Amino acid sequence: MGKKSIETLVGFFVLLGIGGLLFLALKAANLGSFTSSADTYSVTAKFDNIGGLKVRAPVRSAGVTVGRVAAITLDPKTYQGVVRLDMQRSVQFPSDSSARILTSGLLGDQYIGLEAGAEEKVLGPGDVIKQTQSAVVLESLISQFLFNKAADAGNASAGSAPAPAAGAKK
Amino acid sequence: MTNPIRRIGQFALEVLRGLGHNATFFIDLLRNMPAALRRPFLIVAQVHAIGNLSLLIIMASGLAVGFVLALQSYYALVTYGASESLGLLVNLSLVRELGPVVTALLFAGRAGTSLTAEIGLMKAGEQLAAMEMMAIDPKSRVLAPRFIGGIVAMPVLAVLFSAIGIMGAYVVAVQLIGVDEGNFWSIMQNGVDVWRDVGNGIVKSVVFGVICTFVAVYQGYEAQATPEGVAHATTRTVVIASLSVLAMDFVLTALMFTH
Amino acid sequence: MSSDPLRPNAATPQTDTLIDIDHVTFGYDASRTILNDVSLTFQRGKVTAILGGSGCGKTTLLRLIGGVHAVSQGAVRFDGEVVDARDKEQLFRLRRRLGMLFQFGALFTDLSVFENVAFPLREHTDLDEPMIRDIVLMKLNAVGLRGAAQLRISEISGGMARRVALARAIALDPELIMYDEPFAGLDPISMAVAANLIRTLNDTTGSTSLMVSHDVQECFSICDYAYLMSSQGRVVAHGRPEELNASEDPEVRQFIRGEPDGPVRFHYPARTLAEDLGVRA
Repeated sequence: MGKKSIETLVGFFVLLGIGGLLFLALKAANLGSFTSSADTYSVTAKFDNIGGLKVRAPVRSAGVTVGRVAAITLDPKTYQGVVRLDMQRSVQFPSDSSARILTSGLLGDQYIGLEAGAEEKVLGPGDVIKQTQSAVVLESLISQFLFNKAADAGNASAGSAPAPAAGAKK
Repeated sequence: MTNPIRRIGQFALEVLRGLGHNATFFIDLLRNMPAALRRPFLIVAQVHAIGNLSLLIIMASGLAVGFVLALQSYYALVTYGASESLGLLVNLSLVRELGPVVTALLFAGRAGTSLTAEIGLMKAGEQLAAMEMMAIDPKSRVLAPRFIGGIVAMPVLAVLFSAIGIMGAYVVAVQLIGVDEGNFWSIMQNGVDVWRDVGNGIVKSVVFGVICTFVAVYQGYEAQATPEGVAHATTRTVVIASLSVLAMDFVLTALMFTH
Repeated sequence: MSSDPLRPNAATPQTDTLIDIDHVTFGYDASRTILNDVSLTFQRGKVTAILGGSGCGKTTLLRLIGGVHAVSQGAVRFDGEVVDARDKEQLFRLRRRLGMLFQFGALFTDLSVFENVAFPLREHTDLDEPMIRDIVLMKLNAVGLRGAAQLRISEISGGMARRVALARAIALDPELIMYDEPFAGLDPISMAVAANLIRTLNDTTGSTSLMVSHDVQECFSICDYAYLMSSQGRVVAHGRPEELNASEDPEVRQFIRGEPDGPVRFHYPARTLAEDLGVRA
């Protein structure tokens, strides 16, 4: 086997490897979506509770992905979660837009839903989204529900309870 | 009374000495790598012998695993109405685990045994001693190029295994079973992270490449210069390399993929 | 101080002795001693043979000269310099001055005949390709195999393989050529060819040759001096071939004449036959 033919074959081998890697990265993973920083601008939003939001979660408006969560940190003064979002440069949002943390499907991953506001001025790099709604925490929901239920039952029995008690007392 | 205790002690000492010998051999190999890198053609020839000649088995296995994975996963997922996530499941299984691990096991069996046998037979034929007498260190001329060749070839093979597996799964899922093509790819693309999944998979395969090639080269070099000696050495290569890969896989998975 | 880069420590002028084995004791492990306090000297420019039965440590001696193992006691001196098996730099220097012919050639099976002989030239010199080609063809010519340069190792016979290995061993024109069983397994013609080559090479290049063998006839026909070793790793006798032939020592006579029984017993140590068969004597 000549020296040249071996080198050619190894070149072919490496090329195959690069091809496979490109296939995996572009077609089979999320590299195809925008990731270069030149295409994005950053804004921040503060939440009382970010729930299960993870870095690289999508930011969607009307269901269309327009950005990604870049970083999540804790504000040491207000103890709020500070989420930095990388937004696609091609889309601008009014400065009074609101951000909510939503769940995709019933038990899916959490993402940020953006609802456009009405202001003429748009969000620029470094701006803060003021209107935010935290993630729904299941435990608080349940305890809220139980509390309401108990309160309703208490009102109902409070209405009818004194009569029998008064009756029993007699 | 003290005999079993003494034997256990001796055994433990043997194991320690073996580990130490392995470690010194590894460091020696690393020390000889710069000399090997100065002769790129030697390394290229080894990448050919180790990588190119393993292409057939790796790609065939990848295709087969992709087929089977798609089939099995479909019947598991369809009960939960989650058959659209088939692509995602197959991709993650391949890229994170099956690609690096199965490729490493096949590599140990095909390329590892061939390396061990080749080096063992060179030792039996006094070729390594002849090189030493000519003031040429066989570690830099024979062993190090093969070591580097294996480390280069393994990630390429693992990537190809995963890629072909995904293509095979596509054929079974979309063409044969009838899963929606668009969903197959888009749910997969949304769920697989290049750096976390594909990248970590490649890191795994590089580590496995180091393990398999080192074991193969070491066993060949230390083999007894007889036919039985070489046969035992090749068996040891497959067993030790496979077990080490599986153990290392657990460690790496725990490090990389758990929170 | 010598200006020869291969002999930087040579302060003394060249003596007649190239290799000096000085009261050397050696064993591969603690339980088995192969060489027991042996002393041999090998003169410059001469062909010296080391004779003896299997397992008497002849090949081990070659390995010690090449610095493959370290001696337990005593010293091996190459041109006045003590060979230290642990000093890699010294070994590198010394090994370039010697060439070794292994028992079955030890050729590199993945290279052609030409590439095998060119190997030491490519590794140790900066000569350009046309120069290397010329030298390789000349070396192959010296052993009579210039026409076989392009053959693969799998295509040549055992006798030819040994000649190619010899061409490879002399590629760098070494001062010392060591032969490990050069006649073992050869047919009479090949044996004569080999013997002729060893003697001619030695005389034309002025190098020193060391042969390890158990073929008394061929060795005596070409060597200037011989050592006879016993299976206990000792030197039994040494001298010129005529002296050894005329020796009265029973051990020497048994080996030289090839007698089946003598000081080296035919029977492996055992009980008497009567005891083994259970017959009362």
